[in-house]
Amino acid sequence: MPLLNLKQISKRFGDTAAVADVSIAVERGEFFGLLGPSGCGKTTTLRIIAGLESPDTGRVEFDGREITTLSSEKRGFGMVFQNYALFPHLNVFENVAFGLRARRERGSSGGGSDGAITDKVHRALELVQLPGFDNRRVDELSGGQQQRVAIARAIAIEPSLLLFDEPLSNLDVALREETRRELRALVKRLKLTAVYVTHDQAEAFALCDRIAVMGKGSVLQMGAPRELYDHPANAAVAGFLGNNNLILAMRLTSSNDPVTRFKTIDGGHILTVNASHEELMSLPVNKPCRLAIRPEAVELNHKSGGNNQLAARIELIEFGGATTTLRVDAGGLKVEVLVLSVDEFAIGDECLVTLPSDQIRLLPHN
Amino acid sequence: MHSERSIETNPTDPKRRRRLALPAHSKSFFLYLIVGLVLLYGIIYPTANVFIAALQHEGGWSPEKFFAVLSQRSVIESAGTSIAVSVLTVLFCALVGVPLAFLFERYAFPGRRLFAALAALPLVLPPLVGTVAFIFLCGESGILARSIQHVFHLTRAPWTLRGWGALLLFHTYTMYPFFYVLAGAGLQRIDAGLAEAARSLGASRARVLFRVTLPQLTPSLIAAALLTFMTSMASFSAPLLFGGNVRMLTLEIFNARQRGDSSVALTETVLLALISFAALIFFQRYEGTRRFVAAAMKGTTRRRKRLQSGLGRLLASSAAIVFSLLLALPIATLVLVSFSRDGSWTTQTLPPIYTVSNFSRLATDVDSRSVFVNSLLMAGIATLAALIWSFCVTALTATGKPSRWKRLISVLVLLPWALPGTVVAVSVAEAYGQPNALTGSFILVGTFWILPVVYFLRFMPLVVRAVQASIEQLDRALEEAAAVLGANWWRRFWRVRLPLVAPGALAGALLVFVIAMGEYVASVIVFTPGNRPVSIAIASAMRDFNLGTAAAYGVILIAMIVVVMIVAGRLESRAR
Repeated sequence: MPLLNLKQISKRFGDTAAVADVSIAVERGEFFGLLGPSGCGKTTTLRIIAGLESPDTGRVEFDGREITTLSSEKRGFGMVFQNYALFPHLNVFENVAFGLRARRERGSSGGGSDGAITDKVHRALELVQLPGFDNRRVDELSGGQQQRVAIARAIAIEPSLLLFDEPLSNLDVALREETRRELRALVKRLKLTAVYVTHDQAEAFALCDRIAVMGKGSVLQMGAPRELYDHPANAAVAGFLGNNNLILAMRLTSSNDPVTRFKTIDGGHILTVNASHEELMSLPVNKPCRLAIRPEAVELNHKSGGNNQLAARIELIEFGGATTTLRVDAGGLKVEVLVLSVDEFAIGDECLVTLPSDQIRLLPHN
Repeated sequence: MHSERSIETNPTDPKRRRRLALPAHSKSFFLYLIVGLVLLYGIIYPTANVFIAALQHEGGWSPEKFFAVLSQRSVIESAGTSIAVSVLTVLFCALVGVPLAFLFERYAFPGRRLFAALAALPLVLPPLVGTVAFIFLCGESGILARSIQHVFHLTRAPWTLRGWGALLLFHTYTMYPFFYVLAGAGLQRIDAGLAEAARSLGASRARVLFRVTLPQLTPSLIAAALLTFMTSMASFSAPLLFGGNVRMLTLEIFNARQRGDSSVALTETVLLALISFAALIFFQRYEGTRRFVAAAMKGTTRRRKRLQSGLGRLLASSAAIVFSLLLALPIATLVLVSFSRDGSWTTQTLPPIYTVSNFSRLATDVDSRSVFVNSLLMAGIATLAALIWSFCVTALTATGKPSRWKRLISVLVLLPWALPGTVVAVSVAEAYGQPNALTGSFILVGTFWILPVVYFLRFMPLVVRAVQASIEQLDRALEEAAAVLGANWWRRFWRVRLPLVAPGALAGALLVFVIAMGEYVASVIVFTPGNRPVSIAIASAMRDFNLGTAAAYGVILIAMIVVVMIVAGRLESRAR
C-alpha cells in the first residue's frame, strides 16, 4: 500500500484549473519528484498534500487514512519552503524548536520535555551541519545556512512525510549541487519519505527515485528518471526533459516491419526508425507524428554512411563549456547536435549528420 | 487564520463544510459581531443620524428647511471659501514641496541632511500649537513684526496676521511636507534605469523630466494633493485664531453650535462631509487612471548627485539653511515664549522677563496637572482601543479571499479618516445627546467618555492602516510554515503574527497617541469641564493672554511628540 495516495485531485482558482484530476501514489521511503514548468500545478499539488489548500474534488490518503480535510497543523508533515519562511523574530534554536513546542502544547507526540526538545533541536542542527548555531539570528545567516535551518526545522519534528517546495532555487549553482547531494543522503539516512517540487530537470533527476512530470495541471508522465529520459511518453515531456530534437514527420510504410520509414515535413528526408509494435499502434493513422532524438545522439561526420545520413550546413555554434551545441540545417530540417569538441568546425561549413535509427523515438504529435 | 478556510470551502461538499467550517465560524462569528456592532454604533449610526437630523425639523421630515438653510448666502459662501482655501493651499504646497523634494532627493550638498531631518516637522506639530507658535512669530505683535517696526521706527505693525494671506501662509507652512515627503518617496522609488534609458535614447533633460519622471511621480503627487486638500478642509485652529473674515465651514459649524443654531450647524456639517467625500472620490478616481506598475522587477537605484559647481553648492546650501531656519523658527519662538512671564510681553520685540515658573506651575498646579492627566488618559484609552480594534478588523479583512463584506468593512473603517474632525465630533454629539430608540438611555454628551470615543473614531483608521500594512508585508509562508509545524491558529497568532506585526502596529499606535494628545478640533466641540484636554487649556490661556503658559503647554506637548516619534522610528526600522 502506498504511504501517500492522491486520488483524482482537482483544484480551481477562479477560472483556471490549477490541478486537474491528478492521481499520485508515493511509496514509503521514496524520494518523489513533481517536475514541471512554472504554472503547471506542481506547487498547488504539494500545498494540497501539506493541507495548505483543500482540493475541490478528490481524496488525499495517508497511511490508509483519509486526510483530505484534515487541517495542516494536524498532519505532522515537515515542509521546506522556497523562501525558507524562517521566523525572523526567533533565533536558530527557537526556529527549529517551534514545531516541537507546538506539538507539546497540543499534547501530541513529537514534543517532549524541555530537555528532550533541546536534544532534538541539537540533533537536527547536527544533521544539517550547523551545530552551535543556536543563538544566531536567522537574518545574519547566509542563504545556504538559512536553507539548512529550514531543513532542520522540518526534520526536527520527525515528520511522517517531508515536503520540499523548490528549496534550492535561491542558492547559487555550486551550492545548489552540493546541497542537493547532502539532501538526498540525509533523507535516505533518516529513511524519510519525501515529495520534492522543482522546475529543474537536473535537480529532479539527481534527487528523486521517481518523478511525476506535470503540465497544465495534470500529470503527463510518471516514472524513474532514466525511464522518463529514455522513453518520454509525448512531445510535451520530451520537450521539457532536455533539448530533444522533435522532428515533424509522416509515416510512409504501413507494414508491421520493425524498421519503419518516415518522411520529414521539413526538408522531405526519408528516415528509418526502429519502432516497437506498440509504438506504431499508438500512432494515429494519416496524421503527422514526432520523431524525437537527443542532440547527443546525433552523429556528426560519421564516416560509416548508411541510414539516415543527411548533408547539412552548420548554422550556429554555441560554446557551452564541456560540450558545444551546433545547429545544422539539412535542406530545411533544423537539427541540434551536441559535440564534445568543436575545433574543426566553423559556421557555414558543410557536414554530414546521422540520426541513428535506434535512437529515434516515436511520439504522437500534440 | 482559520476563518479563511471556511470561506474557501466548496459549499457543495457537506461533509467538508461540517468538519472545517464549524469551529472556524464560531471564531469569526464573534469577530464579525464585535466589528459589526462597533461600526454600527460608532460610524454608521452617527453619520446617518447627522444626515437624517439635517433633513428633519421639529420632529418631522422637512427637506425644504434643509434646502432653505443650504441656500443661505453665508452657508454657500463659507462652502466656497473652504474649497477656495483648500485649492489654493494645494497649489502653494505643491509649488513649495515638489521643487524642494527634487533638490533634496536628487542632489547631495552641505546642509542637506539638516533640512531633511527637519522637513517633516510641521506634520507632527499639533495644529493648535503650530497656530499659537505662528502668532508669536509672525503675528502683528509677534517677534518678526516688532523687529521690523523697531528697526524702521514704524508707528504701527508692518502687517497684520489676518485673513487669506495669513491663512494660506500658515497652511503652506504646515502642509507642504505632504508634497515634500510623498514626492521625495516617489522619486526614490522611480527606477533610475528608466531615466538612463530615456537619456540613452537621446531625450533631453527637460524631456526626461516631463515625459518620464513626472508621469511616474503623478500617483505620489495626487496622494499628496488629496492629503493636503482634506487637511485644509478640516483646518480649524488657524481660521479660528487668525482667519479674520475668511469664514471656513469648520469655523461656521462651531460658531453655529455656539449660537445654538442647530439646523445651520447640521446642514453645514452635512455639506462639509459631502465635499470631503466628493474630493476623496475625485482624487482616487484620478489616481486610478495614473497608476503605473514598473515592468521590470530589478532596477537601478539612484545615487544622489554631488553638486559640483561652487555656485550651485552655495545656493543649495544656503537654501537648506534658510529653509531649516524657517522650519525651526516657530518652534524656537514657542520655546522662548514659554519661558516668558505671563503678561510681561507687551510692546517689546522679545519677551523681556524670563522665568521657569510657567513649567513649575504646570507641574504643581492641580488644575494644569489634571489637564495633562485627562489628555494622557483619554489619548491612552483611545489608542489602546484602536490597537485592539485594528487586530479585530484585520483578522477579518487581511486574510482569506476578498469578499464584498470585507470590502464594506474596510471602507467603513476608513470612513472617519475622510471626515473632518468637526464632522466626527458633531455627529457623535448629535447621536448620543439624548435617549432614542437605537441607543436607549445611553448618553455620552457631557460625560468623560465622549472624548475617548471621538478620539478613537477619528484616529483608529491610522492604526488599522498601519496593522494592515504590516500584515500585507508579512510573508504568508511564515504562517503556513507554522501551521505545517503543528501550530493551531491561536499559536500562529501569538507566536508568529503578533510579534511580527507588533512593531508596525505600535508605531501606528504611538502616532495616534501623540495626535490625540494635542487634538483640538473635535475636543472644542464636545469637551466638558470634567475632561478638559491640553488643547482646550492652551486655547483658554491664549484668550486670557497668558502667553507664557500657553507656550509652555505647547512645548511640553512637542517634547512628548519628539520622544514618541523617536521611539516609533526605532520600532519601524526594527520592523523592516
